[in-house]
Amino acid sequence: MNPTPMIAPNELLVYARPQSLSDCYTHYCPGCTHGVAHRLVAEVLDELNLRERTILVASVGCSVFAYNYFNVDACEAPHGRAPAMATGIKRVNPHNIVFTYQGDGDLASIGMGEVMHAAARGENITIIFLNNATYGMTGGQMAPTSLVGQKTSSSPLGRDAAMTGYPLHMAELLSGLAGTAYSVRRSLHDARHTLQAKKAIRTAFEMQLQGKGFSVVELLSSCPTNWGMTPDQSLTWIKEQMIPVYPLGDFKVSE
Amino acid sequence: MSKKLMKGNVAIAEAAVIAGCEAYFGYPITPQTELLEYMAQRMIELDRVFLQAESEVAAINMVYGAAATGARVMTSSSSPGISLMQEGFSYIVASDVPAVIVDVMRGGPGLGNIQPSQGDYNQITKSAGHGDFHPIALAPASVQESIDLTILAFDLAEKYRTLVFVVVDGAIGQMMEPAELPPMREVKKERPDWALTGAVGREKRVISSLFMGASELELMNQELQTKLAYIQSNNEARYEEYLTDDADLILVAFGTAARVAQTAMQHLRREGLKVGLFRPITLWPFPSQRLSQLTHTANTLLVVEMNAGQMLYDVRAAIHDRIPVHFYGRMGGVIPMPNEIEKKVHELMRLAENTDELKEHQLSIKAQNGHEFLRM
Repeated sequence: MNPTPMIAPNELLVYARPQSLSDCYTHYCPGCTHGVAHRLVAEVLDELNLRERTILVASVGCSVFAYNYFNVDACEAPHGRAPAMATGIKRVNPHNIVFTYQGDGDLASIGMGEVMHAAARGENITIIFLNNATYGMTGGQMAPTSLVGQKTSSSPLGRDAAMTGYPLHMAELLSGLAGTAYSVRRSLHDARHTLQAKKAIRTAFEMQLQGKGFSVVELLSSCPTNWGMTPDQSLTWIKEQMIPVYPLGDFKVSE
Repeated sequence: MSKKLMKGNVAIAEAAVIAGCEAYFGYPITPQTELLEYMAQRMIELDRVFLQAESEVAAINMVYGAAATGARVMTSSSSPGISLMQEGFSYIVASDVPAVIVDVMRGGPGLGNIQPSQGDYNQITKSAGHGDFHPIALAPASVQESIDLTILAFDLAEKYRTLVFVVVDGAIGQMMEPAELPPMREVKKERPDWALTGAVGREKRVISSLFMGASELELMNQELQTKLAYIQSNNEARYEEYLTDDADLILVAFGTAARVAQTAMQHLRREGLKVGLFRPITLWPFPSQRLSQLTHTANTLLVVEMNAGQMLYDVRAAIHDRIPVHFYGRMGGVIPMPNEIEKKVHELMRLAENTDELKEHQLSIKAQNGHEFLRM
């Protein structure tokens, strides 16, 4: 448990580390939005008082150590399989709150089958999906979500649509399934959008609490290291390059 | 309870239910689909968890997730599906999470066919996935034994926090035999102290197989190897032997091949030949000690399998090649007949009368099949 901050009688505590976030350093790069996403999820878990009921399924990618950073029971799935593990956990323990935290390589490439079928079945789980258009952990290879023309370590001349097709729009794809209760896309590139992202994350967990079905929040994220940019440039890149390709919005919101 | 006529696949499923299996995640594949279909009805009937996954890959990960929360959980598949699950097996054993897997083996490799085989022996006992590990493997030879060993599988998995396989060939899965089911056990409600249940009033728990530091991972591997060695030394090896006391030649076989070998043994005995049968019930831990003891009285072993020779090498290793080990096998889903085994035994015994002829015969067989035969 995180220690309670010490404040004097005439002081008002207005911000503290969420209880759902572990008191430790993360390994994320400067300018990486994983840190922001972690904090938003942790704040939501605290606000909804879900921490003690929650089980996290971490995935393979830069966030592979998410089980160290969140102060909840957690397990580590093989690459792409987190929605299947989450299905097993939730089916046997419907009273637990189960969420996965996945990157675009994990969810939209190797894990495409598992996430689509979990959504199709209407599994009552929440997916926090970080889309930074690249395979970060392994050094910046092209992902199914990379933009046409985007230079990556496995598309050094820029992604060529004729050879490797077009970026996958997961929030839209998942929204088309009847089992999906909530599928939205937000961004983490500035304070205003970050606050909107937090609201969406909260709604997603509320959907699970209400037993409405599958919920997913796609978060446009930065990878300054592999994009070869400064943190500031990468946030601009999200706003100017990613959002035109990946429009923000609500693709499915159940009543 | 009285005996009922039951199909192997169904008997295994009901045995799992009796053992307290809380969740079944599976996928259709011949020749074990009846197990899935039975569970689809029975688990729902008992208000337990059943789900047909979208693939074997998904199924094993659902098992992993549920098992990480401390539930008794299983899946079943056949050879090509088992291959798909191997990633999951490696993760499950690396994280000390218990689970039961049923493999109803079919002809391979590749898509193969849907006929019975024993072609997954090596896969299960030696290379159930990447890295240094292997599961406990139980090999029933009848529908009754399938029931008993399935229940044992859940107990062993929980006791040692590891993966336990129930391995049958397609014939056992499909055949119908009279068998008795033990009484229903209660499903356990309390969870073990390592399970993920939600961190209520306690520190969080993590179930993972990732250990980034080399010395950290080496330590984890040493602990796993220690656990496996402990299982091996803890009297978990099981076997059955028939007429081995005075046997000159002992047939070594498991599953359906053992039943065929048993008939051959009885025929050969009627001819006055001193033949016995040693039937491993645990493929791992392999009953090496007892088999090795038998080489002090017998002078030849004949391993009979429905594959190209897999348990053969475990037999040789178990006895340190102390006496000659011969092999007879059929592949492709063909079940050997007793007369084929009898013919092979006659051949071996006739050849034994003439050592030179035997040496020549062995060399020519080696050239033909690439199998190694020992010189007497």
